[in-house]
Amino acid sequence: MIDADVVTLSRLQFALTALYHFLFVPLTLGIVWILAIMESVYVMTGREVWKRMVQFWGVLFGINFAMGVATGVTMEFQFGMNWAYYAHYVGDVFGTPLAIEGLMAFFLEATLVGLFFMGWNRMSRVSHLLTTWFLALGTNLSALWILIANGWMQNPVGSAFNAETMRMEVTSFSEVMFNTVAQAKFVHTVSAGYVVGSMFVLSISAWFLLKGRNIDFAKRSMTVAASFGLAAALSVVVLGDESGYAVSENQKMKMAAIEAMWETEPAPASFTLFGIPDVENHTTHYALRIPWVMGLIGTRSIDKPIPGIANLVEETKGRINNGILAYDAMLVLREDKNNAQAKAILAAHDKDMGYALLLKRVMDDPRKATPADIQKAAASTIPNVPVLFWAFRLMVACGFYFIALFGFMFWQASKRQLDKRPWLLKLALWSLPLPWLAAELGWIVAEYGRQPWAIEGILPTALGVSSVTAGQVWTSLGGFVLFYSALAVIDAVLMVKYAKKGPDGLGLWPPAHPARAATNAPAHA
Amino acid sequence: MFDYETLRVIWWALLGVLLIGFAIMDGFDFGIAALLRVLGKTEDERLVMLETIEPTWEGNQVWFVLGGGAAFAAWPQLYAVSFSGMYLAIFLVLVALILRPVGFNFRGKVHDERWRTLWDWVLTCSGIVVMLISGVAFGNLFLGAPFQFDNDLRMSWHGSFFELLHPFALMAGLVSLTMLLSHGACWAAYKADHIIADRAVRVARWTTLAYVVFYVAAGIWLAYGVAGYAIVGPVVTNGVSNPLYKQVAHGSSWFASYMEHPSFWLAPVLALAGAIGVQLTVGKKGLGCFITSSLMVAGTILSAGFALFPFLLPSRLDPRSSLTVWDASSSKGTLGLMLAMTVIFMPLIIIYTSWVYRVMRGRVTLDHVRQSGHGY
Repeated sequence: MIDADVVTLSRLQFALTALYHFLFVPLTLGIVWILAIMESVYVMTGREVWKRMVQFWGVLFGINFAMGVATGVTMEFQFGMNWAYYAHYVGDVFGTPLAIEGLMAFFLEATLVGLFFMGWNRMSRVSHLLTTWFLALGTNLSALWILIANGWMQNPVGSAFNAETMRMEVTSFSEVMFNTVAQAKFVHTVSAGYVVGSMFVLSISAWFLLKGRNIDFAKRSMTVAASFGLAAALSVVVLGDESGYAVSENQKMKMAAIEAMWETEPAPASFTLFGIPDVENHTTHYALRIPWVMGLIGTRSIDKPIPGIANLVEETKGRINNGILAYDAMLVLREDKNNAQAKAILAAHDKDMGYALLLKRVMDDPRKATPADIQKAAASTIPNVPVLFWAFRLMVACGFYFIALFGFMFWQASKRQLDKRPWLLKLALWSLPLPWLAAELGWIVAEYGRQPWAIEGILPTALGVSSVTAGQVWTSLGGFVLFYSALAVIDAVLMVKYAKKGPDGLGLWPPAHPARAATNAPAHA
Repeated sequence: MFDYETLRVIWWALLGVLLIGFAIMDGFDFGIAALLRVLGKTEDERLVMLETIEPTWEGNQVWFVLGGGAAFAAWPQLYAVSFSGMYLAIFLVLVALILRPVGFNFRGKVHDERWRTLWDWVLTCSGIVVMLISGVAFGNLFLGAPFQFDNDLRMSWHGSFFELLHPFALMAGLVSLTMLLSHGACWAAYKADHIIADRAVRVARWTTLAYVVFYVAAGIWLAYGVAGYAIVGPVVTNGVSNPLYKQVAHGSSWFASYMEHPSFWLAPVLALAGAIGVQLTVGKKGLGCFITSSLMVAGTILSAGFALFPFLLPSRLDPRSSLTVWDASSSKGTLGLMLAMTVIFMPLIIIYTSWVYRVMRGRVTLDHVRQSGHGY
């Protein structure tokens, strides 16, 4: 029987470590391109200021990168440590993109990151630029493979259940790779990272301008950040919409929960801009609806309905019943490998096997489930509606705000008036935490939103846990809280310290030999 | 292209390659970290020590991350059983691995004596913890682990953290510790300023000697004091990956495979020849001592892997549940696909890693760190 405490603690630990890891990853993803852009300008123009920009933002990138790497190892370990049955059940499919990520991407970025910092005086300018570009490519490829793995959890294509090995196995790796959900998630997530990186550079540069320090340096940095940020903010919203469309195709329950859509609405469904979801009474109070919008977003049509929560629960009951048939057939086959009838039943219903496994949380043998048990299991597939409803709306609001802010900044930058409006600089400075907030909310919508499934429709989260004791997980959870909190404080202090030092405080700007600032002479710093 | 049986053996070998890659590439980083305050008496000397590995340690650690990822994909049950079974031990390794990147980066970011000392000790401890626990974990493979599968292949583990500290496993931990300390010292002898290199030569000599004593003792212990496991009955090498389909007996010798395949003896010979090679080359110029210590590391891991074959992780609780090369792998398609990926990317990795080492070539001198400050 599955220990409910172990499930809760393991989930808590995973959420905590993933959300924490995701504080550092998006910044890495974005700022690394900004470094690559700045260094390209340096190599093309030979102007020293651009090199110093790369070096200064590079210091902050380095602090962040170290934290990203440190917390990333945790993610890989946890699948084995806390989610052993998960690892066994889906390793054949899920492990592959993870391993390819190591081979193709993580090796590249981790090998080149040292050279990025310590190779300035040991390589030609073009070699160093290539290092930076490949570092950027590596980090982004990393995200691609991780999100292919994650996308498969949301939409498990290209794989089939094998009753003899009791696990999912790959049937078509190209389907896993070109999974629409994975691709939509990838572009949405990396764009979100670009927004984080852009806001980071924009905000700190705005602070320099407010203080009247490093003016020339800060204005150039801001121009890069504003243009890259505008493009990123536009794509994060457009591609987020694409991601939403993919969700509505494959995770109808998640979509219904985001919309707090209790009953199926006639097509085209309206979008609830505001409302107070009431879980107990299955209704949304004070709902402010915009007609047609949800139907257009979710189905790209005006005639397809978006199913509501109640209808989906009814559908789930049917799938649980089918899943029980499949489970029974599997047990028959275990005793008698050649039973043709059992083989036929399993083949017909193996896609619903996961639904029978929902019952395993409370009973060892799903075949003994009563209609009440089945009703309960079906109801357990409703995720936390208010959390999803609000997390989604806040995230989207942030997205539109970023477009406005970066758009306005871009306009000011092109008129060369960035330092003319202190209120705008202050706004940019205070907006610093917002992209992180949006990114974390995005994680909550995507991952908390697919509960109770670890693999949508295949493996319930609760079933994935390891054979460990609650005491062990308490120990590791306590350890994580302790270490991560300490590291968070140190990281924040160092980030603020080095941002405040600025290029001038670090001796990077202005250069010791001003004449060189505009020439091609190599630096001796 | 390959049949299932061959793919399984190839992936067993690749797991070995990744382990050896990890031990050689990341091993000297752990050794340097553990010897940071032994070989570096002043701040400048410690900066030299750190700079010998700083440009490359991050890439080296990927051998470990990739090893984990590859085990997840190619040997999912091995990954699941070992990581969840040895939960607290793995957690300690994880903490050590979390503290390393931040240690390297944060150490130089605040100019305060106590701050740097703190991070020195963090790095030292993290090095020791990983070296020791890796060895202890390896030792436990020979002892068998207390786990079993139910019919749904759900694993349960009936052991505690302290049970992992069996004297034989601790001996294996000492083998790993002395081996990688020697390996790290060899790197310092090759790469660090002469003042440090001279100290490193002495450390390398003594740790290699200790390694040989522990390694031979562990071998004798394994031969006479630790019972081996063997598959009973016909071995199905290309069957489905379900450990419960076979029978296993406990009580044979771990050296049985050595008797069957005499060529396996080359592995322990390589390990000991490497150790002798270290003694002969460590005071001399050049890369010789690092190459010999690498051979020592490779030989040690190979000798353990050969003894275990075809077992990956035997179970002493329910021998039938033991994980072997033949019944704990991924599906044929996954193994084939991953092999193709490895064939494409491993050479690329070796090429750009070599390039990075070439760019960063040369001894790191005290003068150098005094002039250039700290770049990381």
